[in-house]
Amino acid sequence: MTNMLEISNLHAKVGDREILRGISLIVNRGEVHAVMGPNGSGKSTLAQVLAGNPAYEVTAGSITYDGNDLLEMQPEERAQAGVFLAFQYPVEIPGVSNAYFLRSAYNEIRRAKGLEEIDPMDFLDIVEKKLELVDMSAAMLERSVNMGFSGGEKKRNEIMQMAVLEPKLAVLDETDSGLDIDALKIVAAGVNALKRPDSATIVVTHYQRLLNYIVPDFVHVLANGRIVKSGGKELALELEERGYDWLLEPAA
Amino acid sequence: MTAVAYPMAYQEEFGAFAKDEGDASPSWATDMRRAAFERFEQLGFPTPRDEDWHFTSVAQITEQDFRLAQPSSSVSDERLTPFRFGDGDWCTIVFVNGRFAPDLSRAGALPSGARVVDLATAWREDGTLLERHLGRVTSFDSAAFTALNTAFMYDGAFIHIAKNVNVALPIHIVYVADGTTAKSMQHPRNLIVADANAKATVIESYVSLGSATYFTNAVTEVVVADGATLSHLKLQRESERAFHVGTVEATQGRDSHFVSFSYAEGAALSRTNIYTTLAGAGCGATLNGLYMVDGEQHVDHQTQIVHAEPNCFSREVYKGILDGASHGVFNGKVYVHPVAQKTDGKQSNNNLLLSERARIDTKPQLEIFADDVKCTHGATIGRLDELALFYMKSRGISAENARRLLTYAFAADVLETIEVTEVREELERATLARFTEE
Repeated sequence: MTNMLEISNLHAKVGDREILRGISLIVNRGEVHAVMGPNGSGKSTLAQVLAGNPAYEVTAGSITYDGNDLLEMQPEERAQAGVFLAFQYPVEIPGVSNAYFLRSAYNEIRRAKGLEEIDPMDFLDIVEKKLELVDMSAAMLERSVNMGFSGGEKKRNEIMQMAVLEPKLAVLDETDSGLDIDALKIVAAGVNALKRPDSATIVVTHYQRLLNYIVPDFVHVLANGRIVKSGGKELALELEERGYDWLLEPAA
Repeated sequence: MTAVAYPMAYQEEFGAFAKDEGDASPSWATDMRRAAFERFEQLGFPTPRDEDWHFTSVAQITEQDFRLAQPSSSVSDERLTPFRFGDGDWCTIVFVNGRFAPDLSRAGALPSGARVVDLATAWREDGTLLERHLGRVTSFDSAAFTALNTAFMYDGAFIHIAKNVNVALPIHIVYVADGTTAKSMQHPRNLIVADANAKATVIESYVSLGSATYFTNAVTEVVVADGATLSHLKLQRESERAFHVGTVEATQGRDSHFVSFSYAEGAALSRTNIYTTLAGAGCGATLNGLYMVDGEQHVDHQTQIVHAEPNCFSREVYKGILDGASHGVFNGKVYVHPVAQKTDGKQSNNNLLLSERARIDTKPQLEIFADDVKCTHGATIGRLDELALFYMKSRGISAENARRLLTYAFAADVLETIEVTEVREELERATLARFTEE
C-alpha cells in the first residue's frame, strides 16, 4: 500500500515572498504528525497549500495523496477525496446557515463518490450526534457560518464539520490558538474520537500544550520553510523546555 | 422653446388613440391626456444631460417606433400559472399586452370594502374617486415618461380599500406580454387608494411569455391615508429584450405606513422610480429592493423619500447583483423639509459585482433642511469574498455552488424583509437559480 501523503521538496510562495523552501514529509495511515515551529516558519503555509488555497503558489516539488497528484486537484476535489483543513481563522459567511453550509458540503462529497444526496431530516440526525462530540447546541446550526461565534465556538465548529465530513487526512492549523484549557480539551477529545486506522492527522501548532491531549507519533520542527528536526513525541517536550532558538540557523 | 426630437410614431399613435379610446372616458380624463401629450412634446425624451438620467441613456427606446400593443387572446390560463401566487384565493387582476383580461383574472377572497377593477370599468363606475386622485399623486410636469403614460392612460388596475378594512390576502396585478408584442408599447396606469386605517398588500408583476422587444411604460399612484398601511411589491421580470420604465409614487397621510419592495431581473433596459412623500406627521416608509442582472442588461433605480412633516421615519435597503457586462444605477434621494424635525432616516445601497466587466453607479443623496434629525446613508460595492469561496471549497463545495451560495447570501437579508411568504420564496428560488452558470 502506498503512503497516504508524500510531500517532496515542496517550495511555495505568497506574492514575491518564498515561504516554503523544500519540505519533504511522509504520512501514513493511522499516524498523527505534529508540525511545530516559531512564527513565520511556514507551518500555516504548509497547511494552506495542502488544502489548495489559491493565494499560495507552489513553485517546486510535489505532493502525492493516495497515489494522486494533489497539486493538480482543485480545493473541492481535495475535500471530496478526504482532505480536511481546520482553519486557524475560520471564515465568517453571513447569510448562509451552518446547517445549509454543512449539508451542501456533505452532499457534494457524497455526489463525488457516486452516492445519493441525503435529505435534510436524515442529515440533521447525523449532525446532532456530532454536536455532542464538541459540546455544541443545535441552535448553532441555524446561525450563519461562524458569524458572531466566539473564538472557542469557531474552533469547535471546525471540529464539528470535520466530524460530519469524516476526512481521511485532517490538517489542524493552530486549532489550539486562542483556546482556554477547557475548550482545548473538548477540541482534542473530538479529534481523538475521530481517529481511524485508515485516517491520518497533521497537527500544526506553536505550543506543545495541545500535544498533551492529541498525542503525536512524529514531531517535525519547521524553521525558515524547511524541516530542521524530526523526532517522536518527546521532541515536543524538549521544545517546550528549550524553545526553538537552539534549532534555528544562526543569523547571517 | 426649442423643438425636441421624438419619433413620429407617438404622434400618430396618440392621434388614433385619442379618437378611438378617448370617448369612453370622462372629459377631465380626455383633457388630462391631451395636456400630458402636449407636455411630452415639449419635454421630449430625457437625455444623459438631465441630472436624473445621467447614467442611463434611453436612446435604445427613442430610436424605435413603438406602436400601441394590440389586445391578444393567445394567453392560456396554463401559461400564466408559473407567475401566479396563492391557491386561487388571491385576488388576481391580469392584463395581456396592457389590456384587461377578465378570463384570466380571479376575484379571489376579497372582503367587502375592498374593490379591485380594471380602469376601463372604473372610468364608468368610480369617476369621483378617480377624478380626485388620478394624476394628483404624481406629476408629469417634468417627467417625460409619466407624461407619455398619462397621454395614453386607458387600462390598468384600480384598487380601493375602504376605511378600516384589512385585506388579509395580497392582491396581485399581473401584466403579461405575449409573443406578439414585438415593437409594441403599453402604458399601464394603476391607482391604489387605501382609506384611513385600511391595510392591504398589492403585488405588481411584469412578466413575459416570449422574448420580444417591446416597451412597458407604467405608472402607479398610491394614496395611503391617515393610519393606513400599504405594502407594495413590484416584480419586474420582463423579456430580456424589453424596455421597462415604471414609476410608483405614493403620498402618505398622518401615521401611515408605506412598505415598498422593488425586484428587477428582466428587460434589456429598465428604469424604476419609487417615490413617496411623507405628508403627515408620524408616518413611516420602508423602501427595499433587489436587482439582479447579467449579459448586457441595464438596470436603474431611482428612489425619492420626501420628509415633509415631523416625527417620521424612513428605511431603505437596496441590493444589486451584477454579472456579465451589465450596468446598474442606483440613485436614492432623501429630502428633509425644514419642518420635518425628528426625522429618522437610514438608507443603504450595497452592490455585488460578479464579473470584471459589470458596472455600478450609485449615488445616495441626502438633502436636509431641518436641524434636529437623525439620517444616515451609505453605499458599498464589492466582489465575492475570495477567502469565503476558498473556505467553502475546502469543505467539498464546488466552485459553482460556492459562488451561488455566497451570491444568495448577499441577497438573503433584503429578501427576508418581504413579508409575503410566497413571494419571498419565489424570489429566493430565483436568486439561487440565477447564477448557476459560470
